[in-house]
Amino acid sequence: MTPFLYERAADRQGALALGARAGASYLGGGTNLVDLMRETIAHPELLVDVTGLSREIEDTPEGGLRIGAGVKNTAVAGDRRVRQRYPLLAQAILAGASAQIRNMATTGGNILQRTRCAYFYDDAARCNKRAPGAGCDAVEGFNRIHAILGASPACVATHPSDMCVALAALEATVTLEGQDGGREIAFADLHRLPGETPEVETQLRPGELITAVTLPPNGLAARSTYRKVRDRASYAFALVSVAAGLELEGGVIGDVRLALGGVAHKPWRAHAAEAALKGRPATESVFREAAEAELAPARPLRDNGFKIELARRVIVDTLVKLARTEETV
Amino acid sequence: MSFVQEAMQAVMKKAIALAPDGWIPGGHPDPLMREKHGLIGASISRIDGPLKVAGQARFAAEFPMEGLTYAALRHSTIARGRIVSLDTTQAEAAPGVVLVMTHLNAPRLKPTPPFGSKPQAAGGDDVPVMQDDRIHWNGQPVAVVLAETQDQADHAQSLIRVQYEVQGGVTSLDAARAQGPEPGKFQGELLKVEIKDAEALFAAAPVKVDAVYRTPPHNHNPIELHAATLAWEGDELRVHDATQAVAHAAWTLSQVFDIKEAQVHVTSPFVGGGFGSKTLWQHQILAAAAARLAGRPVRIVVSREGVFRIVGGRALTEQRVAIGAQQDGGFDAIIHTGLTVMTPHNAMTEPFIVATRSAYAAKSFKLEVDTVKLNMVANTFMRAPGEAVGTFALESAIDELAAELGMDPIALRSRNEPEQDPTNGLPFSQRGVEQAWKTGAERFGWETRNATPGATRDGDWLVGVGCATATYPYYRMAGGAARIILDRTGRAVVEIAAHEMGMGTATAHTQVVAERLGLSLDQVEFRYGDTAFPGLVLAGGSQQTASIGSAVIVAHRTLVTELLKLAGNDSPLAGLKPDEVGGLDGGLCKLDEPGRCESYASILARAQRETLTVEGEAPPPLELQHWSMHSHGAMFCEVRVNAITGETRVSRFLGSFDCGRILNAKTAASQFRGGIIMGLGLALMEDAQFDERTGRIMNPSLAEYHVPVHMDVPEIEVMWTDEPDPHAPMGARGIGEIGITGVGAAVANAVFNATGKRVRDLPITLDKLL
Ligand SMILES: Cc1cc2nc3c(=O)[nH]c(=O)nc-3n(C[C@H](O)[C@H](O)[C@H](O)COP(=O)(O)OP(=O)(O)OC[C@H]3O[C@@H](n4cnc5c(N)ncnc54)[C@H](O)[C@@H]3O)c2cc1C
Repeated sequence: MTPFLYERAADRQGALALGARAGASYLGGGTNLVDLMRETIAHPELLVDVTGLSREIEDTPEGGLRIGAGVKNTAVAGDRRVRQRYPLLAQAILAGASAQIRNMATTGGNILQRTRCAYFYDDAARCNKRAPGAGCDAVEGFNRIHAILGASPACVATHPSDMCVALAALEATVTLEGQDGGREIAFADLHRLPGETPEVETQLRPGELITAVTLPPNGLAARSTYRKVRDRASYAFALVSVAAGLELEGGVIGDVRLALGGVAHKPWRAHAAEAALKGRPATESVFREAAEAELAPARPLRDNGFKIELARRVIVDTLVKLARTEETV
Repeated sequence: MSFVQEAMQAVMKKAIALAPDGWIPGGHPDPLMREKHGLIGASISRIDGPLKVAGQARFAAEFPMEGLTYAALRHSTIARGRIVSLDTTQAEAAPGVVLVMTHLNAPRLKPTPPFGSKPQAAGGDDVPVMQDDRIHWNGQPVAVVLAETQDQADHAQSLIRVQYEVQGGVTSLDAARAQGPEPGKFQGELLKVEIKDAEALFAAAPVKVDAVYRTPPHNHNPIELHAATLAWEGDELRVHDATQAVAHAAWTLSQVFDIKEAQVHVTSPFVGGGFGSKTLWQHQILAAAAARLAGRPVRIVVSREGVFRIVGGRALTEQRVAIGAQQDGGFDAIIHTGLTVMTPHNAMTEPFIVATRSAYAAKSFKLEVDTVKLNMVANTFMRAPGEAVGTFALESAIDELAAELGMDPIALRSRNEPEQDPTNGLPFSQRGVEQAWKTGAERFGWETRNATPGATRDGDWLVGVGCATATYPYYRMAGGAARIILDRTGRAVVEIAAHEMGMGTATAHTQVVAERLGLSLDQVEFRYGDTAFPGLVLAGGSQQTASIGSAVIVAHRTLVTELLKLAGNDSPLAGLKPDEVGGLDGGLCKLDEPGRCESYASILARAQRETLTVEGEAPPPLELQHWSMHSHGAMFCEVRVNAITGETRVSRFLGSFDCGRILNAKTAASQFRGGIIMGLGLALMEDAQFDERTGRIMNPSLAEYHVPVHMDVPEIEVMWTDEPDPHAPMGARGIGEIGITGVGAAVANAVFNATGKRVRDLPITLDKLL
């Protein structure tokens, strides 16, 4: 670990001022960033601890919820309002990591956690994220956990978060604060696909701070679920996960949300599948068509071809079960 | 070995096999094995439990030393070649740095004697340790930094700039195979058995199975990282090591540093898991060399990644098992052959055929292991080397054959139960495998299974059951020795250079010694883990209990002889011979006349002795060549396989064991369960990702190298026959490794029963079941 300075931000302005310094990184729970520092993958010169800021979960006037970026994952998953109105989010968070890690991890940190690609984690390997232009050793290496959708020759890494898959399905928005003021962007727009510049992972500008995530009033609470498939029963990243919410009107699909985890460089909102579902009868064959539509552009790598079939099955099965469940609210 | 030597060895072997039982160690059953209601077998909590819970058990990296420095290693990133430049200036200038050691300034060292080269040798490989610019594997240490704190050392090592020149190197299995295989050897013996023409008998058999099974490389992940705290005191080296071989470590270090064995003092009071990995690797040698150069004590704690880079694991295997049988299930031929990998710098073959040598009767056998060489960290022993992966192949094949024959797999095994060792002809010392199967099957409810694959479903889950035989031999290595110190208060101390790695050794042997001497548990102190004590005892091969037991038997006999001498003519014991007395109620009593006794306190007091100290050396382990000595287990598994996702969850497991006498029911149950859990990891997830392009392991962390978490582990039931082995000390055969054997096959067979799919490549991940 490279020596660094540590400052605890007293307030937002202080955080932004410190965050603007060269070599500064914001610090949440540190469960990802500190690991990367130990592996000498990240070398911040200044850590600006922002865990003291934005620690509230508040009702919004529109009937949604605003979750401060500093709220711990455990606190979000345990919040009564979240559990009742956004069960999908609580389930997704609890499907991730371990209790100890969730106790430390923050909402902002979870969103900005880095990929688990082994070649990103090993500075003896080539990685375009770490060293743009160096090449990518994952393309022909171990890529069981890598992307089947939206990848590029430059990078086939996935975004590992469970929470973010739920946020994508819920159509959350993210509040950012920078030196030049604040802005609000759709969660779906926050993370980028790798393209030619996999080192640029989000729309965040240098020094910009995530202060909150806002959930819209509709939490899909009546009929939603998070399904995660992994290599062991707990404490493993998703091979494929599905966040789904469904509204039925007399057997016909109304609003529907579908997002996939473990398949792409960003939490993958399944727009093609949604389009194939809206206004159609909630039958297995329709679900299958929707899954096919979403996965048509999927491209396998050496080790991850099974994910295409797995994603297809999990999408269909999740929707079949959701369609069958009694409304819970 | 020359032809003459080989011939001599063969003659000796024959002579030992044919000698009368009475001449062989174990020829006279240890009287202790008959004790049914005393301390032997009692369920006693580990005596070091309170210390551990209170954080007071001191592990290797916790010993304080004055002026301690902290070490960090820099590992190579190529598999073979040379270092062309090393720039250490930035590292040397970094805060807190005391020393940067590379091959340019390291002290001259002698080669490390690797395992097997001498009885006391403990080296994982024989690569010269930081003596030249040559690289032999990806991860080899190329520099050591000592600093005032661990963080400073870690940082400084990252500042070293190394440039390499790659020179060839074999890092893919195909390339290694292309170089041509060599015959594998284990413990000096060729891994090859041929009895009749197995291929011909196989070809002619009416029913047969013939398949290839693959197991991936595994890495060691004991929770306690490999570590040592050490210092030179003049020309003497003191090492607090995490080791399962204190005496071997001391001797091997003395060879490397070219000093006398007595100049190296190794202690290791507690070890947080070893499984075959806590032997001598480069880290202890590098730390000692750096300590000498810096003139300061050193603590080295290998990082988790470092353990993957410098400590070897279990080598991959590719095994063919072909069994030819008659319609009634009788085996005409067992063929178990294949390939494993090793390195140019070690001599360890993963001996996957060893269990097959004595498992089943057959008219013919062809067993053989070939090896090919890769440039990788030297592979090594990992819990049940050979059996853990060999039983996966063999016991899967038995299940396949049972399905082919339409026979119950337990009945098929029973049909081929041998009367004597099927490949060397020796009599079994004791064999209760049938009993283990019977009681296990009853308890598990085997008769209720549906033999039709894929026929049992519970919602989304396909449910299946499977079984397999577990097996591990009795071993005893030469070198066991023990000291007993009896004092006037009637307390006994036993000293032996053995190890407590969490198995419960100290507790079990306190029980054994107390029982043997007729003392209570609190009157016995078992001291171990220190080269100040006698014995060359490896905590490996599940042989430590036998090694300690046989040494204590000899020391105890000397003790009794001395006590009878001291007792003299004024004692109620006057005139009795050692064979006529035994320990009881704090003294010696005539065996068939329990009233005729004298207490130890009284004997010593009358003789005006404060203490009586005796030592004993265990006899050479000839029993291994006189009897065929093996433990067994019947393993039962129930799995649930998700019909949609292919996820496998083990929902029930039962192990029914026949391992001779069980010394402590509680610690034994933990050993069995721990082995089974490790077996579940082998079956379902363990997989070291060795990148064949670079020879680099790509998942060197517990986040990415999966071992079972709590939710992967169901309730595990264990039971045992408790039938003593008349030819093993205490009647006990050793239980540390058998638990992992057979598990891979039991799970795979259950998966077949659940889904109708045979997975022959471990681990059984969900993609193989989609
Ligand atoms: C062994 C292991 C297993 C795991 N398994 C899972 C799993 O199954 N599923 C899953 O989803 N996750 C898993 N995780 C990841 C875990 O969820 C993340 O490590 C955690 O959410 C990160 O949160 P943090 O607050 O600790 O972030 P940090 O490590 O503190 O920060 C992460 C990044 O976010 C930035 N950052 C933090 N806060 C802000 C802010 N307010 N504004 C701008 N930037 C900010 C930091 O600069 C840094 O770049 C696992 C982690 C480990 C170590």
